[in-house]
Amino acid sequence: MMPGRVCSTAMAVVFATMVVPACAATVQITMENLEISPNDASAKVGDTVEWINKDVFAHTATAGSGDFDVNLPAKKSGTTVVKKAGTVEYYCRFHPNMKARLKVVP
Amino acid sequence: MFTRRSAALAAAILLSSPALLGGASAADKPTDPQIAHIAYTAGVIDINAAKQAQKKAKNKDVKAFAEDMLRDHEAVNKQALALVKKLNVTPEDNDTSRTLSKQASDKLAELDKLDGAAFDKAYVANEVAYHKAVNGALESQLIPSASNAELKSLLQTGLKIFQGHQQHAEHVAAELK
Repeated sequence: MMPGRVCSTAMAVVFATMVVPACAATVQITMENLEISPNDASAKVGDTVEWINKDVFAHTATAGSGDFDVNLPAKKSGTTVVKKAGTVEYYCRFHPNMKARLKVVP
Repeated sequence: MFTRRSAALAAAILLSSPALLGGASAADKPTDPQIAHIAYTAGVIDINAAKQAQKKAKNKDVKAFAEDMLRDHEAVNKQALALVKKLNVTPEDNDTSRTLSKQASDKLAELDKLDGAAFDKAYVANEVAYHKAVNGALESQLIPSASNAELKSLLQTGLKIFQGHQQHAEHVAAELK
């Protein structure tokens, strides 16, 4: 029921603006034991990316490009809506050895 | 200069003195209770350094870095305490812990004499050197010597966290130049 409604709303937006394609989804990425999984994730423009921090340490998902900088306190999640296509390399500002890629397709 | 020398000393003690780690026994490697004590002590040292930096640092990136160190090292040590309690292990004081503590109090006294940008620079430089020394010891001594699987796993997580801190500190140090 709910996904259908979200989707038809999205489709209405598509027809109204002819810019935003398809229906938005949520892509989940986990941070646990300082590992980002999946390390290579992909999403479509308009999707929501949700990072789930399972560590007792605070992390961030910070795009090298400056496109997003999401704070992830210990045991909390955070989201961003991806707005443009391309591959974004991101990392954790507190632990820069945590690195991953997010491929955003149109 | 001082930073480099004391870090080199710490690294030398941690890395190339198995006799020290073995304590009174002739064993080549530290026992789990000794490893737990060394790891916990190493965390406390960085917490104390961060507390000093919170009072003295001027640069906002340095202040933020100190706050990150305090938060992470307290979280690691909280896990370490929970683990030793669960395993019913009593951390055992040893020469490595004592040497680390002595060096750390000397370093605190040395940094206490500095102010402003000079303090910021010296604190961050020492953080780079200190994490490098601790990571070297974790990799070459403490992790391979740990016999309990949960202790080994906590040390491995600690290593990843501290490698992150080292990179973060290097980044802050580069920005200060």
